[in-house]
Amino acid sequence: MDVDIVCVGFGPATAGFLTTLSRQLPLPDGTLPQVICYERADDIGFGVSGVVTRARGIKASFPDLDPTQIPMCAPVAEEKVLYLLDPHGASRRSLTLRAADALLKPVAKHHAFELPYIPPYLQKHGGFVMSIGQFNSWVGAQLMGTGTVQIWPSTPVAQPLIEDSKVTGVRLVDQGENPGMDIRAALTVVGDGPVDPVGRQLDEKFGMPEGHHKHDYAVGMKFVVNLPEGCPLKPGTVLHTLGYPEPEIFGFLYVYPDNVASLGIFVPSWFDSPVRTAYRYLQHWMLHPYLWRYLNGGTLRSWGAKTLGESGKRGEPHLAGNGYARIGEGSGSTNVLTGSGVDEAWTTGTQLAHAVLELLKYKKPFTKENLEATYVKRRRESWVEQEGRVAERARDGFHAGMVTGMLGMALAGATNGKINLPVETRPAGGHTPSLGEYYRDRIPADEIEKIRKECAAKGVSAHNELMNRVGWPAIPFDSKLLVSHQDALLMGGKVQAPAGYADHVVFLYPNLCERCGTHICVEVCSGQAITPGEKGVPAFDREKCIHCGACMWNCATPHPEDSSRTVLEFGAAPGGLHSAEN
Amino acid sequence: MSYQIVVCGSIVPDPLQTLEPVSGPTGPSLKNEMMLPSVLDPWAWHALFEAAHLAKNVAGSKVYLVSVAPKAKLQQVMMTVGQKAPFELIVVDGPSSGFTDAAEIAPLLAEAIKGIPGLDMSKLLVFGGWESASRGAGSTMQIVGELLGITNQFQGVDKLTVGADGSFEILERIEGGKHQVSKCAGAPVVLGWATGSLPEPPNNPQIGMQNMRAIMPALQKAKPAKVATDAVKYASVALPKQQRQTKIVKDLPADEIAKEIVAWING
Repeated sequence: MDVDIVCVGFGPATAGFLTTLSRQLPLPDGTLPQVICYERADDIGFGVSGVVTRARGIKASFPDLDPTQIPMCAPVAEEKVLYLLDPHGASRRSLTLRAADALLKPVAKHHAFELPYIPPYLQKHGGFVMSIGQFNSWVGAQLMGTGTVQIWPSTPVAQPLIEDSKVTGVRLVDQGENPGMDIRAALTVVGDGPVDPVGRQLDEKFGMPEGHHKHDYAVGMKFVVNLPEGCPLKPGTVLHTLGYPEPEIFGFLYVYPDNVASLGIFVPSWFDSPVRTAYRYLQHWMLHPYLWRYLNGGTLRSWGAKTLGESGKRGEPHLAGNGYARIGEGSGSTNVLTGSGVDEAWTTGTQLAHAVLELLKYKKPFTKENLEATYVKRRRESWVEQEGRVAERARDGFHAGMVTGMLGMALAGATNGKINLPVETRPAGGHTPSLGEYYRDRIPADEIEKIRKECAAKGVSAHNELMNRVGWPAIPFDSKLLVSHQDALLMGGKVQAPAGYADHVVFLYPNLCERCGTHICVEVCSGQAITPGEKGVPAFDREKCIHCGACMWNCATPHPEDSSRTVLEFGAAPGGLHSAEN
Repeated sequence: MSYQIVVCGSIVPDPLQTLEPVSGPTGPSLKNEMMLPSVLDPWAWHALFEAAHLAKNVAGSKVYLVSVAPKAKLQQVMMTVGQKAPFELIVVDGPSSGFTDAAEIAPLLAEAIKGIPGLDMSKLLVFGGWESASRGAGSTMQIVGELLGITNQFQGVDKLTVGADGSFEILERIEGGKHQVSKCAGAPVVLGWATGSLPEPPNNPQIGMQNMRAIMPALQKAKPAKVATDAVKYASVALPKQQRQTKIVKDLPADEIAKEIVAWING
């Protein structure tokens, strides 16, 4: 099938692109280019996230934006950053942190210390808290209503079509009885997010710019919660936490209108733990005394998880080539200093749209040269680029530890990125210690092996048993907010997988998986879709997969032919989360 | 012989969502309904597949999808349905909460069908979900048929076979897990489908592209329907006391499943 422009993925970046483009369609000469967007999730609001954003780019597109018109959206009213102490003594804390904890304990309230000052680059005053699921649905409805562009969810893209170093469109994922259809287009817009299954294939084909790499990721797992009646938190409240449940894990709580909150944690790739599971840690985080006094009595509305690309500007690929352009999170637009990605992604989409309109106006082809002179030029001159450069090395310090990382961010923020800590970054999965190394001071090696074997025999991951063993208390399930991981899939994520599709997680070298010492893919899986399998090769159940993509970048075994990849292949597929409230 | 196959299809919240009835000034509704993702009613979904399958095999036939629903939500649903089968959409902008009386919805559907240009009763097959648009009342399709003057009506249909002479053989579900086999001379008929026997068709981008050219104009010109909100008085609305309990277990023998259900009922 032939169209003029095909877009891969409907996230904030493509939403910004299509919003800007559609407002100028039909073109002044009366022609209406065929513009089509394929989204892998089963609806355009599924599988995304809650966010706090300054919304500069979004407000530029919608100058009269009224947050009351968007469900689950409120202006930022109050911001706090909290350092959480460990009330159980179960987390792994350095001597420096233990000393800091001892100093702070006398002045802490509810085991938390409120930071007296929030650096300007972290503040979100004037912005919004909102559900990207609801925002995307709101934007998507307006776009479809114009009749000038088409958005098709539940239609994953398998690969770019590349001929003589030119991208000529995309091939859709094979649906079993149909071969994947080829969609040929003059321009392919790749906005497939941080896991970027299509973008990664472009990186493999065209390489990354000198010095650029995607080393840093995080998995963000969150709940949307009906807060208990009488909860004093006001709409627009923004809480950010650090220090607990492990020092490397950050938390957030955003309050929407109608006594609803979006809350969760980020588990970064530089957290050197082979059991960096998110779900169990999220429950301990909610149960922290500072937060639980607000959450106790609340009920789960929605649950989900997604990968965040945390390499920022350093992870920027070639932004344009013959026949294609990259936008959004997968194009390195996220600002890792300010912790902002949605607005930047949206803005890159609008920049590409203006460039495309300019090229269409002058009837110029979508060549690398023309796209660089229009889209890349706009991007380089914008605040996204300028602020991205300030942030480029801000998080490098985390590769040397939590305290060094915080110091590095403070330095970069205070000096506008002029001074950064000279720390070398490492690939996401390449520095994961073995279970024995991680627990060497806390659990004897033979006991670790025994726990691991017992869990493998039961077909479950080992992190729960290991966390119990080192002192994490049992979760007091209440069937409302504290529910089992599988109940979260059913009650919150409503996870589904349509029939007829092949597995999108593939273990490329089973012999290497057999020899893997960590099987971190099993431990981190956000949906418990990857479990211990026969002969040490993990098993994958796509009916539980929520498509967060964490297994791909957590895998600790490098691909034997390409060290920038791992031996776990993660492709695009339909299904996953069926909640539009995330 | 060709057919004009009209599928009456309402929309419902995605079945896995947690639904909670609430009472408002205009009567009961579902909490957060506009925020819940929607799908085509599962029975109507099957009816649409059956209609598309029949139209594909009988040259010259055409499928229409007539829907009473809030057009903003219907637009969202069309992004999923539109790639499945070729059809022409006819929209009546109205409620789909499930609390509207079937006798209010049926005339809207019947009038929309009567308004189809070139409607030929001798070719008309009216398909719908067995219980669509009335959430369990099972009466909407019957009323639509009566208003259109169609007396050959079948409910709980699982299979339609067209004979060489144009006659229909229809399998209807009856008590005891059995089917009743009926025959009729041909169109016009009303078929309220159960699940049918066809799998969900794969997405076809070409069909999507073709459908969407007509879907958006149909949505844009949809007129708001006048629906009496006091046609049915609800004394109260509440969640059922017995909640569904779901778990995912693969490859469990039927005997084991039966034992678990019995234990659950007893326990």
